[in-house]
Amino acid sequence: MATHFVIDGLKAAIDGKEILKGINLEIKGGEIHAIMGPNGTGKSTLASALMGHPKYEVTEGTAVLNGDDILEMGVDERALAGLFLAMQYPSEIPGVTNSDFLRSALNARRGEGNEISLIKFIRQMEGKMKELEMNPEFAHRYLNEGFSGGEKKRNEILQMMLLDPKIVVLDEIDSGLDIDALRIVSNGVNAMRSEDRGFLIITHYQRLLNYITPDFVHVMMQGRIVKSGGPELAERLENEGYDWVKEELGIVDETVGQA
Amino acid sequence: MSTQLSTPTDRQSAEALARSKGEPNWLVELRGEAAELAGTIGWPKPEKVRIERWNLTAVGNYEQPTAVQAISELPEAVRELVSEGTENLLVQRNSGSVWKQLAGELAGKGVIFTDLETACKEHGDLVQKYMFQAVAKDEDKLTALNAAIWNGGVFVYVPKNVEVELPLQAILYNDNAEAAFAPHILIVADSHSRVTYVDCVISEPGAAAGPFVQPSIVEVFVKPGAHVRFGSIHAMGETGVDMTIRRAIIENDGQMEWIIGDLNDGNTLSDTKSILKGQGSTSDAKVISVGKNAQQNSLTTQAVHFGKSSDSNMVTRAVMKDSASAIINGITKIEHGATKANGVQTEKVLMLSPKARGDANPILLIDEDDVTAGHAASVGQVNPEQVYYLMSRGISKQDAERLIIYGFLAPVVSEIPVEAVRGQLQRLLERKLER
Ligand SMILES: Nc1ncnc2c1ncn2[C@@H]1O[C@H](COP(=O)(O)OP(=O)(O)OP(=O)(O)O)[C@@H](O)[C@H]1O
Ligand SMILES: [Mg+2]
Repeated sequence: MATHFVIDGLKAAIDGKEILKGINLEIKGGEIHAIMGPNGTGKSTLASALMGHPKYEVTEGTAVLNGDDILEMGVDERALAGLFLAMQYPSEIPGVTNSDFLRSALNARRGEGNEISLIKFIRQMEGKMKELEMNPEFAHRYLNEGFSGGEKKRNEILQMMLLDPKIVVLDEIDSGLDIDALRIVSNGVNAMRSEDRGFLIITHYQRLLNYITPDFVHVMMQGRIVKSGGPELAERLENEGYDWVKEELGIVDETVGQA
Repeated sequence: MSTQLSTPTDRQSAEALARSKGEPNWLVELRGEAAELAGTIGWPKPEKVRIERWNLTAVGNYEQPTAVQAISELPEAVRELVSEGTENLLVQRNSGSVWKQLAGELAGKGVIFTDLETACKEHGDLVQKYMFQAVAKDEDKLTALNAAIWNGGVFVYVPKNVEVELPLQAILYNDNAEAAFAPHILIVADSHSRVTYVDCVISEPGAAAGPFVQPSIVEVFVKPGAHVRFGSIHAMGETGVDMTIRRAIIENDGQMEWIIGDLNDGNTLSDTKSILKGQGSTSDAKVISVGKNAQQNSLTTQAVHFGKSSDSNMVTRAVMKDSASAIINGITKIEHGATKANGVQTEKVLMLSPKARGDANPILLIDEDDVTAGHAASVGQVNPEQVYYLMSRGISKQDAERLIIYGFLAPVVSEIPVEAVRGQLQRLLERKLER
């Protein structure tokens, strides 16, 4: 079945405060959607609400992936259903090596009785690490512990490549990346582009979209998608900023708080 | 209230038992004195744990050991601990040694590895010079009790400049709750020698028939430039009380490493102390503990600095389930004159249940200006952000928590020097952590 993901009327709150005010978005396999928007407008909240972060309470709406509402599922089930979120701030987990973690994640996906052999796993992991030009020592480091900002991002992409998800949400995957890393990570993403995989890329900068050309660009303000367009929209935002969008829509304060 | 002990700890019977075992006069006398002391002084008083409420009377009676002829005669739980192909193994069952073996090559170099009872007879001068010199027999009822009734035990002597490559391994187990089980472990590493010693102290099912108390003492002497690695796992049964005092005296440029796994199912008092006597001496102590049910644990690590430029590091990690409790004390003491000393400590408790209790008490006592010292302590639950992150990769909640808990204990587990023991530690952890 071709991947089809529909977010319909999604509202979410944190600590009783409503942040997402009704998000509608449809992502089909093969498509790349970019979400842009000023700080504090709810982009990460959307990503977290989709993934099921325990602090976010979904108050309304659905997010249907290939017929199933993932908002009804536990966090692990959402992942197994094919959702992947590269987080803006990945957790550090002391004492758990990156490779033990990756193998657990891979085996969770494969299911009991179908675990990957150690040799095969190592071959796979090392192959992907090479593609991302990661030092092999990162396999034995504790998960994200002491990783630089850019190293964490690369590690998120490594996970994406190994887990082969259907819907990929990348939350500021470009922040903290140097110029070479930006190219490497983008190549990684582009290599994963396929007819049965959809992407939702949250970013502030056109530079990422120079590498990964989006099919659709959405602007988020006040916890809503307020404008959508093609790649040219991102270019205009890069050149002119958000003021013209605000003017056009009569928005004074774009953050969630005042709305 | 004076506690009635069910074992002969009056002077006459302690001496009589010692004589009947053919122990040398100095030891008979030591035991007699200690027995008398044990009746007059009090139990140790660790912070916030009332050990006098524990059942401390079930010390048991001496049981004559019967040597085994082959390792295959040992129970399964003991055999699976044996490091494959080892030639350096000592086994104590209840009140005495039942198996001992030392590679001929090491014996040829003058290494001694035998039970302490035998050592008292065969190497009396050497033993007498060290026994109860790191831990005094009159410190409290526990040390006096051990002095009066200790049995079996381990003696390690490594001569000057000798490096023992492979670990020396001891397995000490009880399978009869009524038998006295009170090891005393004495390790002497002479100048510039090097040795790794690893032991496991466990209970076989027979020990579950009734309450028992294991009062034990470990003394380690690290002579100048020597390096001792001491690994120990205690996994005795629920009906037992483990009270273990470990102490090392470290001379100039000596190095001491402690790796301790306190995984008993019963109440535990564990106190591990390094006395950094010599200039440039170092000590590194790592302790893990897992508590379940209503188990109480008092876990103390200590470092006392006398030597200039001495260095100590102490790490304790405890995971408490159910209504178990861990009171963790870390005491770094830097004496006047120990200039350029450095002492750091970390205590962390992870609580897996709302009824579990954890308490970390880091204490720095510093009588010298020109030193560095630091401590960190934390008590908390499994971090929900971490669980979320792992689950977002498809890992179940249970597996996520398991990974985080093992990760929490990893700094110690990964240091266990003997493969078989490390594997066993993993199994024991799994057994204790599985819900
Ligand atoms: N625990 C919280 N309590 C109250 N408000 C919160 C909490 N967490 C987040 N918010 C608010 O929700 C709003 C949206 O935050 P979000 O992280 O989704 O923004 P963003 O669009 O991702 O911003 P950025 O571009 O800076 O990453 C912000 O105003 C933020 O302050
Ligand atoms: Mg954000």
